[in-house]
Amino acid sequence: MVKKNHSKKLNDKQILRGSTAVLLFMLFVAVPVKTFGQDNSDCFGCHDDKSLTGTKNGKTFSVYVSEKNFTKFVHGSVPCIGCHVDLKDAEFPHNEDLKPAKCGGCHKSEQELHAKSLHGKAIARGDNLAPTCKSCHGGHEILPVKDPKSSVYPMKIPFLCGRCHQEGTKVQTQRTIHQDHIVENFSESIHGEGLLKKGLVVAPNCASCHTPHSILPHTDPASSIARKNIAATCTKCHVMIEEVHRKIIKGELWEKKSHTLPACIDCHQPHKIRKVFYELGMANQDCMSCHKVESLKSSKDNRSLYVDIKEYEASVHNKTACSQCHSEVNASHVRPCETITKKVDCASCHANVGEEYKKSTHGMLSAKNDPNAPVCSECHGTHKILNKKNPESRTFPTNIPGLCATCHREGEQAAVRYKGKEHSIIESYTESIHGKGLMKSGLTVTATCTGCHTAHRELPHANPNSSINPKNVAATCGSCHHGIQEKFEKSIHSSKISNAKNLPSCNDCHSAHKIKRADSEGFKLHIMDQCGRCHEEIAKTYFDTYHGKVSQLGYTKTAKCYDCHGAHDILSPSNPESHLSRKNVLKTCQKCHEGATRKFAGYFTHATHHDPKKYPILFWTFWGMTGLLIGTFVLAGIHTLLWLPRSLQWKRELAKRVKDKEKLNDENKEAENKEDGIDA
Amino acid sequence: MHKEEEQVLRFSRLNRGLHIVMIISFISLSLTGMSLKFSYTSWAVALSHFFGGFEATGSIHRFAASVMVIVFITHIVDLTRLKRKELGSWKELIFGKDSMLFNRKDWEDFIGSMKWFLGKGERPEYGRWTYWEKFDYFAVFWGVFVIGSTGFTLWFPEFFTRFLPGWFINVATIIHSDEALLATGFIFTVHFFNTHLRPEKFPMDIVIFTGRMPLEEFKIDRPQEYKELVEKGELENYLVEAYPPIVTRTIKIFGWTALSLGFFIVIWIIYAMIFSYR
Repeated sequence: MVKKNHSKKLNDKQILRGSTAVLLFMLFVAVPVKTFGQDNSDCFGCHDDKSLTGTKNGKTFSVYVSEKNFTKFVHGSVPCIGCHVDLKDAEFPHNEDLKPAKCGGCHKSEQELHAKSLHGKAIARGDNLAPTCKSCHGGHEILPVKDPKSSVYPMKIPFLCGRCHQEGTKVQTQRTIHQDHIVENFSESIHGEGLLKKGLVVAPNCASCHTPHSILPHTDPASSIARKNIAATCTKCHVMIEEVHRKIIKGELWEKKSHTLPACIDCHQPHKIRKVFYELGMANQDCMSCHKVESLKSSKDNRSLYVDIKEYEASVHNKTACSQCHSEVNASHVRPCETITKKVDCASCHANVGEEYKKSTHGMLSAKNDPNAPVCSECHGTHKILNKKNPESRTFPTNIPGLCATCHREGEQAAVRYKGKEHSIIESYTESIHGKGLMKSGLTVTATCTGCHTAHRELPHANPNSSINPKNVAATCGSCHHGIQEKFEKSIHSSKISNAKNLPSCNDCHSAHKIKRADSEGFKLHIMDQCGRCHEEIAKTYFDTYHGKVSQLGYTKTAKCYDCHGAHDILSPSNPESHLSRKNVLKTCQKCHEGATRKFAGYFTHATHHDPKKYPILFWTFWGMTGLLIGTFVLAGIHTLLWLPRSLQWKRELAKRVKDKEKLNDENKEAENKEDGIDA
Repeated sequence: MHKEEEQVLRFSRLNRGLHIVMIISFISLSLTGMSLKFSYTSWAVALSHFFGGFEATGSIHRFAASVMVIVFITHIVDLTRLKRKELGSWKELIFGKDSMLFNRKDWEDFIGSMKWFLGKGERPEYGRWTYWEKFDYFAVFWGVFVIGSTGFTLWFPEFFTRFLPGWFINVATIIHSDEALLATGFIFTVHFFNTHLRPEKFPMDIVIFTGRMPLEEFKIDRPQEYKELVEKGELENYLVEAYPPIVTRTIKIFGWTALSLGFFIVIWIIYAMIFSYR
């Protein structure tokens, strides 16, 4: 257990105290002792004396080694000359100018690794800041690693390394160390917190990633923190990380091709690993150093490569680094993006959506490299993607019809290749109840294109997996109109009840894109034609009745198909639950004809006078009346036709008579005048 | 008074009034009824909208029908008055010389007419009423009875199906509709020809509106009646002055309107029958 008084950070005082102790040990061991003994007791004969001192380079220091204490430590049974090899067979008192103790005699592999490491090479260069074995492990009083008091006990390692690798130390200030605030950051990281605060000795310390002895710069391919080795280093602990990260990074990519981004540290920065996601910063800034230039253009096709960082920061992906989407960038290149060969694959994160899209018409066309196929970015945009709940988003409900219209409007690329019956889809939708609900009433819960066709799984209606396949339409509409779906599925039109072929689904009566309010006049009249498409004969006979004739005139205040048969709950009249069963028919008539009696219900609502077998009375009445009509007109017609020429003749004769009479009158007058004249 | 303006009175004021009301009622019934019967044609739809919708059309139809029934009843009442005050007995009304019922003279006239039509005789000397006028007269009786009774059934189907089967409404519809077709067709073609369009009367005979016709025309058109009146010395009783031109002109405008509407209806019916019969 770590004591509570261990602060999160190692303070300077603690480190100073530790450093002093180690320094004393170094001096002590380095003291030349005049002895020739081979036995430890020979050595302790002199060195067990607390006052014993030695001098080196003009400095005097204690060379006291407690025999009693020494035997308690791991090397207690090791002869002094096993380490101080240059004193073997030496005369006492031995020469004061001793070589450092040799650890490699026993710890050969560690010695070799250390020699090749940054630390070992620095020693070889004569760098006086480079740590030797003793710098970390101590001199005579070395404890087992598993002993909590050991200076290399996991929990103490951050403090041990921190002696040199923290702000203000000579190492940090005088040597080239690329990371800063290493110990501080580590102690705040999830690893540091686990180790120092939660006392998890299995939590990684410095040596877990950097190794204890083979510490190498990340540019060295042999280093445990070299880019290609990072995955292996991290997965020593995070064995199942692939499972967890599948949706975020293509598992294969980051392990098998570990030279390509993203490697663990691209997201999870080395010493700042947090439970919360990696911190952004560097990578994006690197990208933006070029892409912030508005005039930046592709040398290939001259398209703008400018990225508006403000748009990106306002987007839903503002916590996603450039390199997460543009995953082929290579940080070791001057232009990391020059290794990019493919377009962004959104499915690396949005895996489920990606799968759906692949199976859709859009996705299948896209797979064939059809230039008309919309890819993610055509609908969602690129750097400015907003949450679909944001009214500014291209996929906000009120924006969807316009979005789909860019291809599906008449004359556009999708509409041109479409061979089905639906035309002027966008215009029809806009005028439909759904379109008006959305665009005029601002009801964002209204069905938009994607409401019925789905956002990523859109397929032609013939496809059994399509949301608009006749089999699935009821459920699709039912996602909003659930009550109707329940009724419909109990009706004779539902495949759950009837085995008939070509059963109607919602759109067969309501249409797909021209859906009107069910209480609008237009719909009420239209629906009868819709019924008549399948029920052809019976619809004709309906139009021979008063009800049918009134509705044909364009009025709806009369019994229409659904007023009697029901709309969504249509059943065969032979079904007792039908609105037209013997049990219910009178009630159905009485909806309009209040005083209707049982006899009244005997009216033929689908009457034809052309069927002598089914309706003999009507047939014979009609032909009786027609016979009367024809008979009358034939007789009267003959009479008239015969009359006409005679009448013309008669008229001429009358005219002649009038003329004759006038002539006669004139003659009479003349005669009278003559008589008058004679008289005169 | 100039001789040419001397006219013979043939119709009472009441009968002239009833005929005008009946024309209005009949044309209204035709237009409104045909709009429903031929609802599958565009002119029917337009007509129905013109009348203010199928309900308004129905109301007009029923109102006009009621007027027609009132006209009919008024005429029957007038007949009883005629019997009581002028003829004195039912026998005289039914079998009298000027009865509307068919008699021997009608049969002779009909045979005579046929002969005349076929060029085997002279024009018969028609009397007070010709056989085709009597036919029209009784056609109205028949029509009012058949169309009226079925019309009432259709007006109150809930009431009539208390004692009649439901299918009777269907039967009534066919009878009402086809009899109406017969009535309109007959009136607007045969009656129009017989009365107005036959060449010697063309384009129209306004005697039914004025109630009077020029004596000269009367002599030629109804020689038998003229002869009888002269023999009895009663002609003077029926001689009246002609209406002033303004009245005649007004009557002609009305007549033209009625004739035109009738022709339109006939054309519409023929159009529907030929181009979109079902």
